[in-house]
Amino acid sequence: MVDTHLANLSNQLMLGAVLLYVVAMVGYAADISFGRRRVAAVPQEAKVLVGAGGPETVEDVPEAKDEPEGEGERRKVDWGRFAILLNVLAWGVHGAEIVTRGMAADRVPWGNMYEFVSAITFAAVTVYLVMLWRYKTTWLGPFLMVAVVIALGIATIWLYDDPGPLRPALHSYWIAIHVTAAVTATGIFTVAGVATILYLLKASRTAPRPGGLLERVPDAETLDRISHRTMMFGFPIWTFAIIAGAIWADSAWGRYWGWDPKETWSFITWVVYAGYLHARATAGWRGRKAAVISLIAFACLLFNFFGINYLVSGLHSYAG
Amino acid sequence: MSVDAPEAQAAPQAPRERPAGIGVLGWLRWGWRQLTSMRTALVLLFLVALGTVPGSFLPQRGLAPEKVTTFFQQHKTLAPVLDKLSLFDVFAAPWFAAIYILLFVSLAGCVLPRAKHHLVQLRSRPPRAPRNLGRLPEAASYETDAAPDEVLAEARTILKDRRFRVDAYDDAVAAEKGYLRETGNLVFHVALLVLLFAVGSGAAFGYKGNVLVTEGEGFSNTLASYDAFKGGRSFTASKLPPFTVWLDSFSASYLPSGPNRGQPTNFSAKIRYQNGLKSAVKSYDLKVNHPLNVDGARVYLLGHGYAPRFTVKDGKGQVAFQGAVPFLPTNEATYASEGVIKVPDAQPDQLGFIGLFWPTAVPNQQGKVVSAFPAAWNPQVALFAFRGDLGLSNGAPQSVYRLETAKLKPLLMGNKVKPLAVGQTLQLPSGAGSVTFDGYRQYVTIQVNHDPGRVPALAAGIVAIMGIVTSFLVRRRRVWVRAKAAEGGRTVVQVGGLTLGGATPDFQAIVERLKMAAPEEPRSTPPDEPPNTDEE
Repeated sequence: MVDTHLANLSNQLMLGAVLLYVVAMVGYAADISFGRRRVAAVPQEAKVLVGAGGPETVEDVPEAKDEPEGEGERRKVDWGRFAILLNVLAWGVHGAEIVTRGMAADRVPWGNMYEFVSAITFAAVTVYLVMLWRYKTTWLGPFLMVAVVIALGIATIWLYDDPGPLRPALHSYWIAIHVTAAVTATGIFTVAGVATILYLLKASRTAPRPGGLLERVPDAETLDRISHRTMMFGFPIWTFAIIAGAIWADSAWGRYWGWDPKETWSFITWVVYAGYLHARATAGWRGRKAAVISLIAFACLLFNFFGINYLVSGLHSYAG
Repeated sequence: MSVDAPEAQAAPQAPRERPAGIGVLGWLRWGWRQLTSMRTALVLLFLVALGTVPGSFLPQRGLAPEKVTTFFQQHKTLAPVLDKLSLFDVFAAPWFAAIYILLFVSLAGCVLPRAKHHLVQLRSRPPRAPRNLGRLPEAASYETDAAPDEVLAEARTILKDRRFRVDAYDDAVAAEKGYLRETGNLVFHVALLVLLFAVGSGAAFGYKGNVLVTEGEGFSNTLASYDAFKGGRSFTASKLPPFTVWLDSFSASYLPSGPNRGQPTNFSAKIRYQNGLKSAVKSYDLKVNHPLNVDGARVYLLGHGYAPRFTVKDGKGQVAFQGAVPFLPTNEATYASEGVIKVPDAQPDQLGFIGLFWPTAVPNQQGKVVSAFPAAWNPQVALFAFRGDLGLSNGAPQSVYRLETAKLKPLLMGNKVKPLAVGQTLQLPSGAGSVTFDGYRQYVTIQVNHDPGRVPALAAGIVAIMGIVTSFLVRRRRVWVRAKAAEGGRTVVQVGGLTLGGATPDFQAIVERLKMAAPEEPRSTPPDEPPNTDEE
């Protein structure tokens, strides 16, 4: 029933993906520390020069006067590009891990906690890569990589479960619809959560410390807008996940809504995110307060995912 | 809401505006304004979220009444206090209803005036161009040789092509689009109101019944057949469709090995059903996720278990009982089960048994019998026997799963109880009779329900999603084009744009189109330097 060869391959791909994510994370970090001068010291000039003569020119212009510690040392490696390349590679390996896992068990590869975490992080990285491609959000990379590596580490160490067939309650094509939507929305909200934390950090200090971790991160207003957009994208998908879950529950458990702990917490999450969307449009709540609300919503989301599965018994208790 | 009151700006005004005589009305107005304010709605929204939290941590009567009973036994002082606060029925609690009704009233009070306002807007002209278009967040200006009228006519066509609603004011064209944003938003909120209404009316008119059916037996869809039945407030028993269901066989399969050994992989109940005496009997394979629809009711497979079969002979050697007795699983993983046999017909004394059933009986390290697997590979039972008065004659209702031992004397207890394999007979001490373990049948627990609100609720849910997606995708935007004659027969064109939620590349595209349209006029003036874009 379970193809052990493929299952082993999937586990090795997971290991590879985690390692590549770590390398990408190091690459992003290196980009921040060594590749700093390009952005930090020559913010205006660089732009003009790039437009006029291409990137080579930028490197040849020593801006030592702005940056006392720069001794004309040239960057041989473009760490930013290296990190992105590794990140895309890691994402590909991660995708292969999920596909082989599904093939090994001959079913949708989201049936237990290990597979959920893998799928959610994959969704989050996908969202990030799309944002990177469309809006050049490289600054988000290092922080998201930290979150992804931690999540995948937890998944492989504590949540691992061998691939196997699903229990009867999960025998439905709705698993492909409901769980995919929930996983996608969670991935999107994860990216939004990282952006919101950055926003709060950025908004709490007036001037970014030069050379600090947050130096590349855009200003608070942009961050606020980006996290808001991301959550606006995730919210209808989360709504859809809940409704699809209700349709499924209607055929599996004999009712479409029964305040099962998981249902309750997905409702709470939905309500708090709705609260965030409204707060952002309400005088006296927008800005930091709204951001804090969205983080509470994200905490509810995480609690619904981990807490409910392990602490409270209910119909959704599929955790291994 | 009273929390909000002191800081409300409207508060001091309302009484001042009105003479004391209509103070009540003033206060009502004030209260209404408070309730429908966004801040109150936010507070109510968070209260709803907060209110549901205890429902996920404390056992709920609607979900697991047996767990509530256990909680009461474990927390003798705390439980009654919590119960006073309806914390075991959170989702039916008066305070919870109060919060969500207030929230929905607040929502209605906010959405309905907005809908009215929006309807007016839908039929009105786009607003007049502001005097200085250069001050707008999106602005551009250029000169052209085309006459002002031509420019404006062109602007109208271009904007109409882009599905703007266009209107002309003397020297300018005003255009607006994106009304769908507000429409979508309103649809979303109205759909939520409909959803709540559908859920509520579904609960009022629907019903839900649970019944245990052993293989070879059946049940009819009547109130009397159900072990548990719950009808909504407006439900009447005459609404039950007259169908009958028989269970022919039930099969379950489990993973036989590996780390998840014993995990179920499939449940399937072969049933036959007949909807009314006149229709044909049909077969159906009832599974989880695969309910049966009969005449508006839905039949679900919820659970299963073992019903060991026994033959009990009494002290006189006569068969006093023969049949299958459903045992309730005490362990979901191994299906070790527990049950009770009551033999009121036994002579001279009534007999009662408490039984343990192991589908796959194996001795554990201490030599005690446990079940190792949920399938019946080696079924065994152990019976604790009692004799005396079962207490059935006084008319008090008794659970079939509990033995009232008050007037019973133990016959066979403790270490003397030995497990029986299929076919084995247990001789009761002091000539009280014998019990034979004949084998087992399986039973299923079935739920039948009808909820007239489910389809409307689903429709409302889908409409809500469509509404919110529309509202998030569409941008409300206004564009104005003003053309004025300048010296030298040239025309100065000013374009201004306003978009909710930030600028879009769309504005630049409109400006480019306008400029492209202009130079058709064959004049020999060379096209001068690229027209500068104003950014004030």
